[in-house]
Amino acid sequence: MSDQNGKLKKMMIILSKATLDNVYAAFVLANGARMEGIDAEMFFTFFGLEAVHKERLEHLHVATVGNPAMHMPTMIGGLPGMEAFATRMMKKEMEQLDMPEVLEFLDILKASGVKLWACKLAMDMFHFKQDDLYEDLDGVLTVGDFYQRSSGEGVQMLFI
Amino acid sequence: MSERIIAGAPVNVNEEGFMTDFRQWNQTIGTELAREADLTLSPRHWQVIEYLQTEYRNEVPLSIRKIGKSGVVDIKEFYQLFPNAPLKTAAKIAGIPKPASCI
Repeated sequence: MSDQNGKLKKMMIILSKATLDNVYAAFVLANGARMEGIDAEMFFTFFGLEAVHKERLEHLHVATVGNPAMHMPTMIGGLPGMEAFATRMMKKEMEQLDMPEVLEFLDILKASGVKLWACKLAMDMFHFKQDDLYEDLDGVLTVGDFYQRSSGEGVQMLFI
Repeated sequence: MSERIIAGAPVNVNEEGFMTDFRQWNQTIGTELAREADLTLSPRHWQVIEYLQTEYRNEVPLSIRKIGKSGVVDIKEFYQLFPNAPLKTAAKIAGIPKPASCI
């Protein structure tokens, strides 16, 4: 290590999923970095783009199928209304923990200085335009651009 | 826990430098703790510090979200006033415990 003694300076967080638990994990990690004086940037790719899609970000769900931690048989998890029910329960718990909704959380991240980037390839794949996305997004990047922004010492990258 | 002299007065602090007895705090100590964090306190800083102390006295847990809804300061300005780890830094200057919040 150099003169920084391995100090963490910036977190680069890639969000590729849109289930509520993954979105919140990514948001808490980005916000937590800023709270510790560490810079943070987020890259929304593939389904992670839903977390910054103006209309869809209000309707994110937890996954009840294929999620062993739900402790629910797969067939039950697949019944109509199960995901909505589980999501309601989770949101209720989170409200008690003073966790903001997705849109408010994006506002908090933005005000805290987190850079928010959408992935160009995923935008093209889903036929999203920048107008479809959260207003205060910092822009649309290629993966190469994102790597460029990750250069330097004390930078860590996280894929969710 | 240990004792150290801040601005000429003996003060109890923990291993991270947070004061452990708020009754020992005064503005001179706050100013000195701010100087140690490379900050010069403006009237805006003091308003935020007073807000944090009021919340502490009322036993309200602090979080970035609550700061944003305080009506005293918004999150953006909070980060401008205390650029490096704002909630921790401001709490340390205010003489109150380190907030345990993740959000």
